[in-house]
Amino acid sequence: MDNPVLYAINSTFSTIAQSIQAVPGSGIAVNYIKNSYQNDPFRVVLELGLAIYAVKYMLSKKYRIDQNDVQLTEKEIDELIAEWQPEPLVQTLSDIQRMELEKTQVIIGAQGPKPKVQSSGKNLLNLASTNYLGYITNEDLKQTAIETLHKYGVGSCGPPGFYGTLDVHIELEKNIARYLGTESAIIYAQGFSTIASVISAFAKRGDIIVVDDGSNFAIQKGTQISRSNIKWFKHNDMADLERVLESIRVESLAHKKRPLTRRFIVTEGLFQNYGDIAPLNKIMELKHKYKYRVILDESNSFGVLGKTGRGLTELFNVPAKDVDMIVGSMANTLSAAGGFCAGPKEVVDHQRLSGQAFVFSASIPAMLTVCASEAINILSTPQGEKLLQSLQDNAATFRAVILGASQWIELSSVAGSPILHLRFPQAALTTAGVHTRDEEKMLLQEIVDEVAIKDGVLITRAKYVDRQEMHLPRVSIRVSICATHTKKEVEKAAQAVKTAFGKALSRRK
Amino acid sequence: MGKGSRSAVATSPVSLKATPLSSQHHAKFQEALSVKEPKEKLYWKGFSSSFKNRALFKAHYDDEMEEPPYFYLITTYLSYIILSFFGHVRDFYGFRWNKVAFAHLMPSNGYAALTSDWDSFWTRNLKRRIEDCFAVPTTLVPGRTINMLERVTNDYCRTFQFTGRLKEAVNLSSYNYLGFAQSTGPCADAVEEIVHSYGMSSCGTRMESGSLDLHTKTEELVAEFVGKEAALLVSMGYATNSTTIASLTSKGSLIISDELNHNSLVFGSRLSGAYIRVFKHNDVADLEAVLRDAISQGQPRTHRPWKNILLIVEGLYSMEGSIVKLPEIVELKKKYKFHLYVDEAHSIGAIGPRGRGVCDYYGVDPKHIDILMGTFTKSFGAAGGYICASKEIIDSLRLDNHSSVYGESMSPIILQQIYTSMWSIMGRDGTGAGQERLSRLAWNARYLGSNLRKLGFIIYGDRDSPVIPLLLFNPAKIPAFSRECRKRDLAVVVVGFPATSIVASRARFCVSASHTKEDLDFVLRVVSEVGDLLGLKMSSRQALEAGMEV
Repeated sequence: MDNPVLYAINSTFSTIAQSIQAVPGSGIAVNYIKNSYQNDPFRVVLELGLAIYAVKYMLSKKYRIDQNDVQLTEKEIDELIAEWQPEPLVQTLSDIQRMELEKTQVIIGAQGPKPKVQSSGKNLLNLASTNYLGYITNEDLKQTAIETLHKYGVGSCGPPGFYGTLDVHIELEKNIARYLGTESAIIYAQGFSTIASVISAFAKRGDIIVVDDGSNFAIQKGTQISRSNIKWFKHNDMADLERVLESIRVESLAHKKRPLTRRFIVTEGLFQNYGDIAPLNKIMELKHKYKYRVILDESNSFGVLGKTGRGLTELFNVPAKDVDMIVGSMANTLSAAGGFCAGPKEVVDHQRLSGQAFVFSASIPAMLTVCASEAINILSTPQGEKLLQSLQDNAATFRAVILGASQWIELSSVAGSPILHLRFPQAALTTAGVHTRDEEKMLLQEIVDEVAIKDGVLITRAKYVDRQEMHLPRVSIRVSICATHTKKEVEKAAQAVKTAFGKALSRRK
Repeated sequence: MGKGSRSAVATSPVSLKATPLSSQHHAKFQEALSVKEPKEKLYWKGFSSSFKNRALFKAHYDDEMEEPPYFYLITTYLSYIILSFFGHVRDFYGFRWNKVAFAHLMPSNGYAALTSDWDSFWTRNLKRRIEDCFAVPTTLVPGRTINMLERVTNDYCRTFQFTGRLKEAVNLSSYNYLGFAQSTGPCADAVEEIVHSYGMSSCGTRMESGSLDLHTKTEELVAEFVGKEAALLVSMGYATNSTTIASLTSKGSLIISDELNHNSLVFGSRLSGAYIRVFKHNDVADLEAVLRDAISQGQPRTHRPWKNILLIVEGLYSMEGSIVKLPEIVELKKKYKFHLYVDEAHSIGAIGPRGRGVCDYYGVDPKHIDILMGTFTKSFGAAGGYICASKEIIDSLRLDNHSSVYGESMSPIILQQIYTSMWSIMGRDGTGAGQERLSRLAWNARYLGSNLRKLGFIIYGDRDSPVIPLLLFNPAKIPAFSRECRKRDLAVVVVGFPATSIVASRARFCVSASHTKEDLDFVLRVVSEVGDLLGLKMSSRQALEAGMEV
């Protein structure tokens, strides 16, 4: 042993062999390996090959699905980077978009039944806000808010999952559940973000969502983010809904072995874009027949429809417990802020961990919470019933006047709805030579401007993010009725709007 | 103006009785705290010391996130294996013999399960048993101290019953960085005034009829504060991200996102239809590699050039306490021409000599950043968020942002809270109270972070971060830490898997300007004691830290 290299190798091997032998039970393993490789060079080669492949695989780059990269040298990459010119983040505004920005009214001072607007400095009769019951000027609510301020301050400074859950949040949740008659409820910090979060908490990839194609933007975004299978049915068309449900049933019969997927029907109580009402009784019938869960967006109908404002379930006399998820807003009628989802306990509990806008957002400020709760309490009192009745009366008054001009105003809203969408009939537009959406927008804006200046009435066009809407509704003026206006005021305003519609058309003829 | 401004930077006596400590522990503790509170308001002059410390630290260690000793890693993995084993056993029996409790996880009566059982595996088998550490119900102002509603459970945290008693504890859990969560003082007075004159809501969307003069006025102030041309306010912080990104990018655009970006950014990015790529947290080299690859290869499959690239980062990461490496990113921006979106939800008002976020902190001109987003929930004690950018972008967003067109507008009370608190931070109220809050917060953050490091805890994040994560590792220490701290009158937030990586369970401290030095000393005493009890002082870098100034 004079060769030091050989000596080193030899001693290393013997050390390894000794240390392997030192491990209890190693003898059996070594014998097993020795025996299995005896006289089998093919197997040795094969397993060595496999081992090398495994190492190579582990060291190789991670596989990406869209991997079809072109091999480039560093110099080429630098050139490509120098050449690349990005587009700006936003496009330059068109004239019509500029007009839209400039014509948006700004209110000086408080919102209310007769707010002062910046453009003219005058007080206008407000038919554009969601202050349906006039809560915004309610002195009792203001007093409650101030008391809450002195107890809780303004912000809650934390998400509900940590230390942001206040006792007043728990009380409001209980209050909503009690008022609607569901097992429990959960509150979110913004009305708009609620439904998207609710839908995506339950509907996942592979699940089926059947949606009314007249649904509002928030619902559309919720279905989009869920990545589920989305089927649209024609707006409020129950026959079409049944057709869609039936086709899904037939299709699933062909794939019997697939596991059962979650299926949802999503629709709105009082449609924000049309002012009509979903036939809840019929939907419930279909739900039971085809075994779907119903997600009902009552953002506009909560606190508005039904004798005591409990919304669609009260209107159709459907037990609220039967609707799987009722989503509503506290920013509209209640004049506070935030949204809620009411339903069975499991539905609500799941959202406390999976409702993304709930988990990852700070909780709603105490003042707004307490005001929402108080506003709900008022609904059940005689005062509340009187307000709801007055809202119905005012809506009927306005509607009656508008219906008298059906040759130039098309009304998609149904009786009882405080949201009235006024549009030009298609035929009238054609005769007046108005063809594009932008022209129609301009025409309606003329009406909005005219009634503001001449008649002192504040109305607004319904605004949309045109390029992101899935089923863009036709251009319209959305009138929102308020309970605290007198019959005379409403009648006068309706007359003014009616005349302005007629005049705008005749100017184009 | 005097009434509340001083009392916010609290000098009131500590009302909480400190739990007596063992004498041996006390001596060790005194030794560790070598720092005296400065008399003058020069806390931000200490700013340079934190840069110095960072350099000193870098010379010794590569990574800012210290790995624990192997013993803790192995026991952590082992704990999860045991937990998951018992979880599966429980599920196995539950699904067969306890059908009532598992009903919503099973198909029944022709309906598929409401939620998938795997989605809630950790919730049912880990989180539920320590539910008392989460969603703690509180009452009153979340200020220097917080009042928790005491609750008990008789069924292993399935349900809770309130005892009707309150428990007051030093509050390290709220995002009340500047101490504006107050029920008295200038902000509360102004808000009370606004309730009388404006009411609680504006009842409408910004684009239809919910725009008030108060919105315009506040937007102008916010834009000035942030240092951009224009601002847009959104009524919810989460929605500020989730409803804006889709209006900036679309199919054909690329969004490059930090891997630890907040859920609201992920939500918004997904809605936009843009292609999304992520880079390693705060790793500029990895970001550059992604940029080079993305620009040179173009869109997947077609290799068309990207319409544009939006890089989305956060100013201060609220789970890691790390501050974005903004100067390096701005350098990259010059070469790679991407657009930059910085989410300052936690950094606005919380860092920088003038409280104006990461740009202020590094001395970077805000003009280099296309979109500066932030929230008012934290430093301003309000709610909602803002987007600041050029007038062109903001005008376009007013028409396109979902919240602006469809969402409720910000309530007048929130607007007023923002206005008054921001006014004070900017020093316009003439009292210097705002600057005092900023200084106080900066010093408090460094004081607590530095001393926790000196005590031997593993602390993540930047030395100037008001969010201080203390690493716990073992899952069993999550509830133990929370409960032991609560027992000693300290309210802390604890987080575990799946909100963090599987090993990196942590407690998170949020420092506030409303804390006094006595409060922080109390905190250090409690945490040190609990740390000894739970074996949390495992850092190997204690020696280096000991020599550093605050």
